[in-house]
Amino acid sequence: MTVQTEPATQATALPAVHRGGRATALGLTGTAVVLLAMAALPYLVDTGVTAQLVKLCYLVALASMWNLLTGYAGMMSMGQQAFIGLGAYLLFVVNDHGLSVYTGTLVVSALVALVAWPLSYLAFRLRGGYFAVGTWVIAEVVRLIVVRFDSLGAASGRSLSDVTADPVLRRAYTYWLALAVMAAAVLGTYAVLRSRLGLSLQAIRDDDTAAGSLGVNVTRGKRIIYVTAAAGCAAAGAVICVNSLGVASPTQIFGVQYSALMVFMVVIGGIGTVEGPVVGAVAYFLLDKYFAQSGVWYLVVVGAAAIVVSLYLPRGLWGTLAHRTGFAVFPVRHTVRFRAAS
Amino acid sequence: MSTPLLEVDHLAVSFGELHVLEDVELSVPRGQAVGIVGPNGAGKSTLLSAISGVERASAGAVRLAGRDVTRTSAAERCRLGVGRSFQIPRPFADLTVFENALVGAERGAGLRGAHAREHSLRALETAGLLGLANKPAGSLPLLGRKRLELARALATGPELLLLDEIAGGLTEAEAEELVATVLSLKESGVTILWIEHVVKALVQVVDRLVCLAYGRIRVDGDPHEVLASDEVAEVYLGGTAA
Ligand SMILES: Nc1ncnc2c1ncn2[C@@H]1O[C@H](COP(=O)(O)OP(=O)(O)OP(=O)(O)O)[C@@H](O)[C@H]1O
Ligand SMILES: [Mg+2]
Repeated sequence: MTVQTEPATQATALPAVHRGGRATALGLTGTAVVLLAMAALPYLVDTGVTAQLVKLCYLVALASMWNLLTGYAGMMSMGQQAFIGLGAYLLFVVNDHGLSVYTGTLVVSALVALVAWPLSYLAFRLRGGYFAVGTWVIAEVVRLIVVRFDSLGAASGRSLSDVTADPVLRRAYTYWLALAVMAAAVLGTYAVLRSRLGLSLQAIRDDDTAAGSLGVNVTRGKRIIYVTAAAGCAAAGAVICVNSLGVASPTQIFGVQYSALMVFMVVIGGIGTVEGPVVGAVAYFLLDKYFAQSGVWYLVVVGAAAIVVSLYLPRGLWGTLAHRTGFAVFPVRHTVRFRAAS
Repeated sequence: MSTPLLEVDHLAVSFGELHVLEDVELSVPRGQAVGIVGPNGAGKSTLLSAISGVERASAGAVRLAGRDVTRTSAAERCRLGVGRSFQIPRPFADLTVFENALVGAERGAGLRGAHAREHSLRALETAGLLGLANKPAGSLPLLGRKRLELARALATGPELLLLDEIAGGLTEAEAEELVATVLSLKESGVTILWIEHVVKALVQVVDRLVCLAYGRIRVDGDPHEVLASDEVAEVYLGGTAA
């Protein structure tokens, strides 16, 4: 059948549709400036600073991926640690085969995407809360499989075999790698949201039955995002591995605490916005930096922050700001601009 | 005679033990407007859902322009030209009204870029929602949501438009406007299947009326004759008594 267009009145001139306009260019320019400045840091500051920023970078990447899954595609995953852990462990494999850890990170995310694709068929049999628990179970199963390999250190973790020897250079490379992964996660999310897929995803999140009835291929959209988020988390896992020169324990890298962390960052920052996860990751990073030494008080502070934000700012820090002011660094909304009535 | 646009063939739909549709037969030629009436809970909305692919048929077949789509997804049927509105509106609450329509234009009609945007704006204009284009759909009151259902369905560029109680709650003037809109859609060649309790609006548009009750189509024919028929009176009385 052919598509039938223009059913009714043609008389009036239509208003124009904008999408961020100048703000889009401004936001991207600003982002480029920030990223370039960050890239220059190894030449400017002590390695201690960039070493800390590595953590911030992978936190931003993880938060962005969870936001893409849950905030945009409506898939509440509690099992992204499956892909973080796989990313770290597959890095051993490709590194043992002679790939540098830097190109290895890229290869590893592609490999994990290949693993996530069939896993999605399993995960998508479950919905809502069952999906969340199911993804967690999948992560546990992946961990149990991984620790069966003695070459991967079995239950006790292992170190990378081939890393850059010079420590100063290695730290700089690690930092750049982390920065690249973060940039790819944030800008990748933004690119997805500006594409046709992004709009369809939000439709799926809000009402998948209605989305289907408007021609959206619901399962396909979800699968693309599930696989993308897996690849992103794998890259973050590889960064974590490179940063600590290995994996201390499989229970840690496959730990559900990563999911808790992602939820925390995204909810604090603002779910369903591109900027929110970045803000949330920075907030967590700062809390962690200044309170991590305070023992039990650390948990009290983190818990209190979560409670205060979810009670008083349910849209999160960035979400609230964006909602009140209409401001966006990465605008995705379409705006119909009517000519002023004359 | 050419192939009808829509053929519903011995269709049955059940929810567990509840056999809502038992044996529905309906054939709609291209360009015709058919009204559907029937008591509450008769399965009218379920019939639209089975045609649009939201509900699965437990037996029987649905064909579009001769093609069997019984096992085809709702999304695929939409791309084949079936647009529908939901009786209980299902807006994408966090998207704007414009973006709600844009989903239909991009995915249902398969348009891109400026074409998709223009098509969405036209659909909003037809449904009388253009002025609210930038509002979050979740902020619309019920009437606005119903209009959005119509706008989104139009944005998919339907050849077969399935409408489910879009006239309820309208003022006299608004109902007139809606009738004019649906008539103009019909004139442009869209085939229409319209469930409506507001019979006065319905009969101004449809060429044919069917009455659905107890899982089957009981009466089918000229709108005024159907409304005057004993079966319809009986079905409605039976429906209220039950
Ligand atoms: N998803 C579902 N699961 C179970 N039962 C359902 C479902 N959808 C509809 N039903 C039942 O099927 C029957 C027919 O419902 P349907 O909505 O099709 O009726 P209708 O003719 O559209 O009624 P109304 O005029 O009130 O809109 C009702 O008894 C309803 O409760
Ligand atoms: Mg109904």
